[in-house]
Amino acid sequence: MTLLDVQNLWVKFPSRQGVFDAVRGVSFTLGRERLGIVGESGSGKSMTGRAILRLIRPPGIVTADHIRLGDDDLMTRSEKDMRSVRGRRISMVMQDPKFSLNPVMTIGEQIIEAYRLHNSASKSDAYQKALEMLQAVSIRDSERVMRAYPHEMSGGMGQRIMIAMMLIPNPQILIADEPTSALDVSVQRQVLSIMDKLVKDRGMGLIFISHDLNLVADFCDRVLIMYSGRIVEVCQADKLHEAKHPYTRGLLNSLPRLDAPRDKLEVLQRDPAWADAASVSGAQ
Amino acid sequence: MTMLSIENLNVWFGSHQDRVDAVRNASFAVEEGSSFGLVGESGSGKSTILRAITGLAPNWSGTITVDGKPIAKTREKAFYKTVQMVFQDPYASLHPRHSVDQVLGETLHLHGFDDIDKRVPRLLEDVGLGPRFRFRYPHQLSGGQRQRVAIARALAPEPRMLLLDEPTSALDVSVQAEILNLLTDLRAEHGLTYVMVSHDLSVVSHMCDRLAVMKDGEIVEVLGVEALRKMQATHPYSRELLAASV
Repeated sequence: MTLLDVQNLWVKFPSRQGVFDAVRGVSFTLGRERLGIVGESGSGKSMTGRAILRLIRPPGIVTADHIRLGDDDLMTRSEKDMRSVRGRRISMVMQDPKFSLNPVMTIGEQIIEAYRLHNSASKSDAYQKALEMLQAVSIRDSERVMRAYPHEMSGGMGQRIMIAMMLIPNPQILIADEPTSALDVSVQRQVLSIMDKLVKDRGMGLIFISHDLNLVADFCDRVLIMYSGRIVEVCQADKLHEAKHPYTRGLLNSLPRLDAPRDKLEVLQRDPAWADAASVSGAQ
Repeated sequence: MTMLSIENLNVWFGSHQDRVDAVRNASFAVEEGSSFGLVGESGSGKSTILRAITGLAPNWSGTITVDGKPIAKTREKAFYKTVQMVFQDPYASLHPRHSVDQVLGETLHLHGFDDIDKRVPRLLEDVGLGPRFRFRYPHQLSGGQRQRVAIARALAPEPRMLLLDEPTSALDVSVQAEILNLLTDLRAEHGLTYVMVSHDLSVVSHMCDRLAVMKDGEIVEVLGVEALRKMQATHPYSRELLAASV
């Protein structure tokens, strides 16, 4: 079943040197699956995620044939209508919890606010719900955490709190933009498995944006590989290591590996033709 | 010959009840011309060891010996001709209003070189940047190019040991490969000794001959890269770390 259908998405930024195209004609669909988007910095992967939620502010321009969420076309929605989509139907976890949590509100207040904004519930019901949610993301002594401020939390805790806050309105789609890049390797796996479990249990669609190829290969079902604003290859995540496009191959080969030592790492040789080639469709 | 030896190093921040012991009883030695890695999660004290060596963490006890000479609390000028450091974030470690020429020129001047005009292009060439980068400002450079400038700055006093604090963690994998290759080449060319901090075991195993695994301020295990590749870590924490990165 298709949850989200994006057709011919462009993101443009006018600049003194002319219009810069950050995303150029990207099309893909998302079902109840974990879809990975990988690429280097500047490849347009985060911009794609933000454009779906219409989070790109002027002077940035977003155009698309359609961004269909169920039967609604998000491109035709007014800014006011979008507020009922954000959080309620599609929510987003950003890279660094330090910058996405409000520093002067307690964790409890923030999670309760997220819940009450989209559900008419009494304060005490919302409090109970928030406690349950914190327990669902494996936070022990959740009552203390409810009273705490973000600066009292570690990075891994902060990111789990963000996930709790984003999932509490029970959205259909979660967009996770580099959710674990600010975390340690050991904590990374833990946060991912929590997110994975919640997404699976609720039958949600997940868009997982990351620059870490191995992580995406392990964690997602399907992967889109982006280069300079276009999708250059689509593949099943477990077959990522058999990818054919020279860019994907180059990225994979440039990683140092524990089991295969080399004197020199391979350096990616960029071909200008990659940027000019038409975008591959990521529809299923 | 031993280039760097550290014995019973303790580093702490704050005092009395606020005192945090960031590094406790760390000991290791690095041979001249070899490359040593420090791995561990954030907060394990791996960067703090490097900062204690260069004098950026003033509260420490124990013995640090560089090139056979024990380090006093105040470092002599000669120390900085032997040891230089490259920092994690190339976006934060270069002055935004100084051009590449000023950055390298100032360093050379402070170390008492006269032929600055000749040395700047040579340094740029060493790190794989052409002379056209000489008069650029940091905002006109990409992340990888900035890290190259930071490496050139560290090489300016012709040091014998480089302390590398997560030199590639802010960069893309393709750029990471370029920088790691550059560091490998420079070590061979100049006979440098490296002490490299990273949270990425595969990067450390690529660059280093030996490594120390740190947890909560203590070195839990020192092992060779061969043993690491054969998964022969003995401490449970290093095993856990290995399992997470394969």
